[in-house]
Amino acid sequence: MGQITLKQVRKSFGDVHVIPGVDLRIEEGEFVVFVGPSGCGKSTLLRLIAGLEDTTSGTIEIDGKDATYLPPAKRGLAMVFQSYALYPHMSVRKNIAFPLKMAGLDQAEIDRKVEGAAKVLNLNSYLDRRPGQLSGGQRQRVAIGRAIVRSPQAFLFDEPLSNLDAALRVNMRLEISELHQKLKTTMIYVTHDQVEAMTMADKIVVLQAGRIEQVGTPMELYKTPANVFVAGFIGSPKMNLIAGAEAAKHGATTIGIRPEHVQVSATSGLWQGRVGVSEHLGSDTFLHVTTDMGLLNVRAGGDVALYHGDTVWLTPDLAHLHRFDAKGLAIR
Amino acid sequence: MSTQSSRATARLMLSPTVILLLIWMIVPLALTLWFSTQRYNLLYPDRQGFNDFANYTRFIATPAFTAAIINTLVLVLGVLVITVVLGILIALLIDQPLWGQGPVRILVISPFFIMPPVAALIWKNMFMNPTNGLFAEAAKYLGLPPFDFLGAAPLASIILIVAWQWLPFATLILLTALQSLSSEELEAAEMDGAPPVKRFWYIMLPHLARSITVVVLIQTIFLMGIFGEILVTTNGGPGSASTTLPFLIYKEALLDFDAGTAAAGGVVAVIIANIVAIFLMRAIGKNLDA
Ligand SMILES: Nc1ncnc2c1ncn2[C@@H]1O[C@H](COP(=O)(O)OP(=O)(O)OP(=O)(O)O)[C@@H](O)[C@H]1O
Ligand SMILES: [Mg+2]
Repeated sequence: MGQITLKQVRKSFGDVHVIPGVDLRIEEGEFVVFVGPSGCGKSTLLRLIAGLEDTTSGTIEIDGKDATYLPPAKRGLAMVFQSYALYPHMSVRKNIAFPLKMAGLDQAEIDRKVEGAAKVLNLNSYLDRRPGQLSGGQRQRVAIGRAIVRSPQAFLFDEPLSNLDAALRVNMRLEISELHQKLKTTMIYVTHDQVEAMTMADKIVVLQAGRIEQVGTPMELYKTPANVFVAGFIGSPKMNLIAGAEAAKHGATTIGIRPEHVQVSATSGLWQGRVGVSEHLGSDTFLHVTTDMGLLNVRAGGDVALYHGDTVWLTPDLAHLHRFDAKGLAIR
Repeated sequence: MSTQSSRATARLMLSPTVILLLIWMIVPLALTLWFSTQRYNLLYPDRQGFNDFANYTRFIATPAFTAAIINTLVLVLGVLVITVVLGILIALLIDQPLWGQGPVRILVISPFFIMPPVAALIWKNMFMNPTNGLFAEAAKYLGLPPFDFLGAAPLASIILIVAWQWLPFATLILLTALQSLSSEELEAAEMDGAPPVKRFWYIMLPHLARSITVVVLIQTIFLMGIFGEILVTTNGGPGSASTTLPFLIYKEALLDFDAGTAAAGGVVAVIIANIVAIFLMRAIGKNLDA
């Protein structure tokens, strides 16, 4: 139930090859996040899995059965859209009941399932309102409700939180993660926010220009990025990537060091630099240091007394140094 | 415009227009009301003065009166049904990504640019004429006897002509409404297992409700007054088979020279139009709010 395999899936719009060929296996019950910069083909890949777009070539299997040419309704997947796509002229109750009604369930069964979904999502007091009378977060929950009543094989989410404000986003993130714990259904989640990816995923798929750059658990991607792109994309603030003579010293074309793996000292160290902007967050301090190798991000403790214009010395922690070859691939 | 003084200024500035419009409306209405109570026949200029409600009773007692009301309602209803149903179908069709979409759309709205009497005459002489019309030719080709449209089915023929003229209006409004429907909503319905017919019924049609209401209301106003098409095609006949209320008033005023009765007819027409309007607003007006 809910195991999805993509084999050499390609997608072109005219002569634009948006997805040049993707192989991916999504296990049952997994929370998989597709992450990548804007326009890299995340939505397209999700819509291919949903059946809303036809594949140009390749096969999509759901639970071992070829689903490449099945219409969306027959694939047993439910999707939550970025714009929620609620039916504005129907009450919340009718919105949630719609897929059940289309499946031809009898009214008593529909009522029971709608009440059940509403309870899970705290929607009971809004059931008779129209979507237009709800807040963004509530609408989001209705959209999720409409997806869960069908007990699908898998959920597909396309940037479901991008229309919400920061605080609500954190909340909904937790709610969706909790829902996954409760339902144990496969979920595929598209986002370009790497914090969402890191916090929610069992498995992250990093995409760039329609190609899979790396697949792995959040920690694998963080600790052992396969290439420069993944190294720069995962982690916040971004990993410092240094090319040139300093990299050559370590036998690489590019070296990478994360901001938290650099020691800061006001007196001595390996690289000298000058503090530009310093962001004091209380728990941490993020320093932007101008050095001979360019601007480096450094994460220091909360009570570091370094300010704009101060001269500092930086020492990278060599155990956490990432080395990349001329093609940008990691050297291990 | 929120402060008291700005609102007062606004009222002051608006008042000339409002007063002018009011006079524009009140004077003809008052004159019509006045004439409707007068003996006022151009053939007998010596007969003058009040005659109470005799004009009204005479107008209502005209043998063609009931037929005119029924014809008017049939015309309005017939054209509304044809334009809304066909309008939705054509809008659905030209909303599809098809080859030559631009020219097709312009062609679809072109009937609207043709003046009503011209269109009616083209239909009458080039299509519906039983001896040399295109339809007669087609019937002959198929070995059928030609059908005398305007003689045998005058009201239906006029409905056809008027519907042809108003179809672009309905199509255009419904097409824009259709284009404003978010594709994600339709995709969501598709994922929810709704086949095309059900997507139309549960998603598209409710979305179109407001535009359909607008089409119905606007068209009703104009269709109640359809006149030129009747004048140039059937002249209200045969008998009173295609006489509508406006045409009956025209007959009274300009064929029988009875301005008094025609004025009474005008007042009756206004009253009937209002009844229809109230009825319509009750029935579908709620689609307009929210
Ligand atoms: N219908 C289409 N016709 C042509 N090109 C398309 C179409 N849909 C998407 N594309 C192109 O495919 C590429 C991937 O689009 P997609 O929507 O999958 O990006 P995305 O990763 O979801 O980006 P975002 O994070 O901005 O949502 C883009 O370059 C886009 O221009
Ligand atoms: Mg997208």
